[in-house]
Amino acid sequence: MSQTTIAKAINAGLRAAMENDPKVLIMGEDVGKLGGVFRVTDGLQKDFGEDRVIDTPLAESGIVGTAIGLALRGYRPVCEIQFDGFIYPAYDQIVSQLAKMGNRSRGAISLPVVVRVPFGGGIGAVEHHSESPEAYFAHTAGLRVVACANPADAYWMIQQAIGSDDPVLFFEPKRRYWEKGELDEGAGAQLGLDKARVARAGEDVTVAAYGPMVKTALDAAAAAEPEGTSLEVVDLRTLSPLDLETLEASVQRTRRLVVVHEAPMFLGLGAEIAARITERCFYALEAPVLRVGGFHAPYPASRLEEEYLPDLDRVLDAVDRALAY
Amino acid sequence: MTDSAVGAPSPLVQLLTPEGERVEHPEYAFDPDAETLRGLYRDLVLVRRVDTEATALQRQGELGIWASLLGQEAAQIGSGRALMPQDYVFPTYREHGVAWCRDVDPVTLLGLYRGVNLGGWDPSAHNFHLYTIVIGAQTLHATGYAMGVQRDGAVGTGDDGRDTAVIAYFGDGATAQGDVNESFVYASVYNAPVVFFCQNNQWAISEPNERQTRIPLYQRARGFGFPGVRVDGNDVLAVYAVTKAALDRARRGEGPTFIEAFTYRMGAHTTSDDPTRYRISAEVEEWKHKDPIARVTALLSRGGLADQGFFDDVERDADDLAAHVRQECLAMRDPDPDDMFKFVYREPHPLVAQERAWFADYSASFGGAGGVEPAAATADGGAR
Repeated sequence: MSQTTIAKAINAGLRAAMENDPKVLIMGEDVGKLGGVFRVTDGLQKDFGEDRVIDTPLAESGIVGTAIGLALRGYRPVCEIQFDGFIYPAYDQIVSQLAKMGNRSRGAISLPVVVRVPFGGGIGAVEHHSESPEAYFAHTAGLRVVACANPADAYWMIQQAIGSDDPVLFFEPKRRYWEKGELDEGAGAQLGLDKARVARAGEDVTVAAYGPMVKTALDAAAAAEPEGTSLEVVDLRTLSPLDLETLEASVQRTRRLVVVHEAPMFLGLGAEIAARITERCFYALEAPVLRVGGFHAPYPASRLEEEYLPDLDRVLDAVDRALAY
Repeated sequence: MTDSAVGAPSPLVQLLTPEGERVEHPEYAFDPDAETLRGLYRDLVLVRRVDTEATALQRQGELGIWASLLGQEAAQIGSGRALMPQDYVFPTYREHGVAWCRDVDPVTLLGLYRGVNLGGWDPSAHNFHLYTIVIGAQTLHATGYAMGVQRDGAVGTGDDGRDTAVIAYFGDGATAQGDVNESFVYASVYNAPVVFFCQNNQWAISEPNERQTRIPLYQRARGFGFPGVRVDGNDVLAVYAVTKAALDRARRGEGPTFIEAFTYRMGAHTTSDDPTRYRISAEVEEWKHKDPIARVTALLSRGGLADQGFFDDVERDADDLAAHVRQECLAMRDPDPDDMFKFVYREPHPLVAQERAWFADYSASFGGAGGVEPAAATADGGAR
C-alpha cells in the first residue's frame, strides 16, 4: 500500500500491461521522450523502445486509424489523445470504424484499442483543453466508455481496459491527475470495468458522479454532514455500459438522486440516467432526478470556468432542491 | 523503382497498347507465358461477367444497390494477381476483381448490396479486409496494419514466404480526404510496407479530377517523400508489373509507393447514379477504345496463344459463374433480427442484452398472426 497520484497510477498500470503482454503498444503525440504533456507515459519509451511507445505525427485520425490497423494485425494499441478537444479529428475513425468494425464482421474482427482522453476543465487552459465529450461516445454502440476518479481505479481500470477485447474510451480527470490516494498493487482489482462503486455511504440523497466530479461530490457530502444531511456518493466509473443496478440499489434506499457532470446537461449522461432511474424507481422516488452540469454554452474563457463548472455549492443547491420536494 | 516518371514527357507506364501490341518500358517488364496470359484473360472476363450479373440483379430488385467495376477490370486483376498469399488488402467497396484474386466467392460480395449483412466474409481467411464505405478511411487501417507487419519483423528478411506487403485501394476522389493524406504521412515517416493503389477512374460520382487535384495524382507522392507512378490502368500487364515492383519494394523494407492506375469508370458510380447528367457520351466512347479486355483478346488471338475453343470455354465458365451468382443471391435469406444484437460487443454489455431480450419477447408476442415474422418462415426467404 502506498500513496500515489492518478497520473502515476495510470503510468504504473500502463507499465504493468506492457510487461504482461508484448502486443501492448502506446501511441500518441509527445508520448515518447516527453512522456506526454501530462507525463502519464513518462519513462515508458526509455524502457520499452520506440517501436512500442510511438510518437505519432500530429494527426488524431491517423492515431486511431493506424491503431485499428495495428489491432487487425494482433496488437493492443493504447492511444493518447492529448486533450479532449482534439479528439474530434478522430471522431470518424472512432465512431464509424473502431466502434462498428466488429459488428460489421459479425464477430470475425475484434479491436482491442484503448483511447485515453484527459478530459474536463479546471486547469486554466485555453479553448479546446477543458471539454467533456464523453456523451458522444457513450451514445455510440460498440464502444465502452469509462472514467477513473482515484489512483487505485486508474491503475486497475487502465489494465482492464487494455485487457478488454472491445474498444474502450478511457477518460482521465486531468485536473485530478495530481490528487493522491492509496494504491495497493498487490491487492488485485476489486471491481470489474463494468461496475459502479459506492464511494461514500449515506442515507438522504444519492449523488452520482464520475471522473473529476467524484471529488466534488465527496467534498459536498463532507460539507453536508455537519448540517445533518447524509449524502451517498456513487462513482459511476463506467458510462457505457451504465451500472444501473448499483445506482438503483442506492436510490431505492435514499429515494432521491442528483447526477453531476462537467459536460453540458442537455442530452448528457445525466439525462439518460434520469430517464432510466425514473423508470426503475418511479414509486420509490420522492423527487425528480436532478442534474448538475455544464451549461448549453461553449466552454468559456478560463477566467470564467469557475462559474461554468459545477462545484460543491451547485451540488448542495441541487441536494436542497431534491430534499424540498 | 524510382519516381523518375515525375516530370517525364510520357509518364504512363504501358506494356500492352489498346490495339493489343506489346511495348517495352525501360523500368518495368512482364513477359507472362501463354498460360498466365490466358489466366489473366479468364479473370478479366469472369469478373466483368459477375459485375454485369450483379447490375442486372439490382435492376430486377434483388440488390438494393451495386457499385460496378466496369472498365476497371485490368487495374484490379493486374494488381490482385501481383499479390503474395501473405499480403493484406484493404479495399473500398468496388474491388470485386481484387476479391476474386483473393478467393472471395463473388456471391459473398452481394450480401451487403442486398442488405442481408454489412460485409459477409472473414477478412483473415482471405487477407482481404471488409469493404470500407467511408471514403479513404481504410488507407489508415492499411498503414497501421503495415506498421504491425514491421513490428512482427515480416519485412526485409529476404524470405519470400514471410516478407509481407499491404495494399490500400482507393479512388481519385479519396485523394482529397484527410485520412488518405494522413496515411501518406504515417506511411512515409515510419517507412511502412504499404502500397497505395489509386484507381483514377476520372469521376468521383459527378465530380471530375479537376475538382480533386491541380496536378497529376501520382505527383502527389513526391511531396510525401515516396515514389509515385502512373500506369495505364486498362493494361493488365503494366498494372501487374508496376504493382509487383511496388509490393516487392515494400516487402524489402524500402517503404511505401503510390500507384495511380489511370482508368475509367465506364458505368455509373452506382446503380443509383445517372452519369448522363454530368458527362458526355463522347468521352465514354473514347474510353471504349481502350477497353482492358479487348486488348488481351487481340494479343491472344494475334499471337496464336489461344484458340476459339479457349474463348468458348471461358464464355461457358462465365455463364456458369453468373448462374451461380444469381442462384445464390436469390437464395440469400434475410438475417435473423437477433443478428442486430449479437456482435455489437465481444464482452457482455447489459444494455444490449436487455434490448435484445426485450425485442425477442416483443416479436414473440405477435405469434404467427401477422406482424413481425421470423425471416426463415417466409416462402420466398423473406427477401423482399
